[in-house]
Amino acid sequence: MNSLRLYGRYIATSIRSQRQYPTSLIMTSIGAFAATITDFIGIWALFARFRRLEGWGFGEVALLYGIVSVSFALADGLTRGFDVFGEQFVKTGDFDRLLVRPRSTVLQLLGYELRLTRIGRLGQGILAWGVGVHLSQMAGTATSWAILAFAVAGGIALFGGILLLQATLAFWTVESLELANTLTYGGVEAGQYPLDVYARWFRDFLVYVVPIGCISYFPVSVVLGRLPVMPYAFAPALGVAFLAVALRIWRFGVRRYTSTGS
Amino acid sequence: MSHIIVEDLTKTFRVAERGDGPFGFLRRRKREVHALRSVSFSLREGELLGVIGPNGAGKSTTIKILCGILEPTSGRCEVGGLVPWRERIRHVARIGAVFGQRTQLWWDLPVADSFALLSDVYRVPPTEYRRAFDELVALLDLGRLLTTPVRQLSLGQRMRCEIAASMLHSPRVLFLDEPTIGLDAVAKLAVRDFVRVLNRDRGVTVILTTHDMHDVEALAERVIVIGHGQILADGTLASLRQNVLGERRLRIQFAEDVGDLAIPGTNLRQRSGRSVELSFDPRETPAHTLIAAIAARYDVEDVHVDEPPVDEVVARFYARHELEAR
Repeated sequence: MNSLRLYGRYIATSIRSQRQYPTSLIMTSIGAFAATITDFIGIWALFARFRRLEGWGFGEVALLYGIVSVSFALADGLTRGFDVFGEQFVKTGDFDRLLVRPRSTVLQLLGYELRLTRIGRLGQGILAWGVGVHLSQMAGTATSWAILAFAVAGGIALFGGILLLQATLAFWTVESLELANTLTYGGVEAGQYPLDVYARWFRDFLVYVVPIGCISYFPVSVVLGRLPVMPYAFAPALGVAFLAVALRIWRFGVRRYTSTGS
Repeated sequence: MSHIIVEDLTKTFRVAERGDGPFGFLRRRKREVHALRSVSFSLREGELLGVIGPNGAGKSTTIKILCGILEPTSGRCEVGGLVPWRERIRHVARIGAVFGQRTQLWWDLPVADSFALLSDVYRVPPTEYRRAFDELVALLDLGRLLTTPVRQLSLGQRMRCEIAASMLHSPRVLFLDEPTIGLDAVAKLAVRDFVRVLNRDRGVTVILTTHDMHDVEALAERVIVIGHGQILADGTLASLRQNVLGERRLRIQFAEDVGDLAIPGTNLRQRSGRSVELSFDPRETPAHTLIAAIAARYDVEDVHVDEPPVDEVVARFYARHELEAR
């Protein structure tokens, strides 16, 4: 059985496990939607007061916000195994169990759980996205939608990469997870606003180091007609590149684990 | 040809220790821990090896290296022609591993679902899976457990399922790390019986680590004792016994009060009323001569000759090598 089909089996298994506790599943999802929608309402309130931010109105920012939120919700839902890696696999030694199976460790961690409750944040993201499409000057062409779909794909890869790096840290220490959270949640926050509001150095950081701007700001600017298609529509590829680098670092971490056993 | 070869295996960990004071984590000191020092042994296909030794002696490190989880600092190790840590995926597809304290089953799912998923993980073809599944279910009497979620199983039931899970892909080598820990007597016997069938009837090579000497007594023709990262003994349990505590014990129930006992070639171990326990060396004084001599002098009701319990043998061996038993 190839990896993709095995992944499908893992996910089916995970869904069956979660269905054992349906009430918890529904309540947690609703809770996540309520908590994150409050955040979005905060943005609306901000724009109701100030109208525009560095040339961006509420509709445009809602579009940015939606892309980032949808990407993050999907990445977060898919990578529960990375999230709990330090606590559930390294500390307990259960990572050994993954190593004695003839499959890649990343595949096994991806298959650990598909977090259905992330549908709450996903719902919020789709809502914000819809508001953005409705209120902004986005060109409703197939090309625009393709660019945004690519942006989400790049975003999933980027956030997946960040979460994988967070998991990799656990090979060295289980104490620095707070630092990694700064990158994930901080990244989500930062990506939800146009790059124009940030200082130069931070803008560069969000483009070249942790390319959150590349998966939100650039493609959204393209569909709003503010930046040319070339090369900005292809900026989300940097998210994929980020994931590739994260995978290399992960492999390095695994090698360290197998040589130190801790 | 040897199926498993371990030669001069050495594993040194560098452990970071916090320095003193509130900022101690900034001044970490490295300390070297020698988990294995030049361990060598080899195993033929179909052998059953018991590995014993106190906690921290190097048992788990050895098993982890053999399973491809750990890379040794130096030395050679091959299992069926593969170097475990270098060709991990190919290697682990051919071995089975049960870690007594860790589950490989999905907690919230029925046992059968875990088995099906594992057969996909190990790429077992459907017909072969069916055959292995039916066989294991029959051998381990799992029929009634298959639809039960794993979290509802007793430890003994779960362990039977764990072992079945590790055999679904019909590995030729099985690693069992403390498979009987915490099990009740009935479950222990079931596990031992099954391991015996796998080894004797199927020719599966088994490496078993345990703290339960009865596992070793029941299963292993060969035992390795590891301590301080070294192999301290490698041979049959009988030869270990011979080396460490070769004496026999003679329990006698006299039919009369015997007063002071002085029987040449024996030491008095215990006495309460008319029942006496003596120890003797069977190589100097054969048991039948001793019993005949005693029966000629006293009125004897019952006699019983026994070896010292295996736990005592091992405890004596650990003490001799200054090993801390847990």
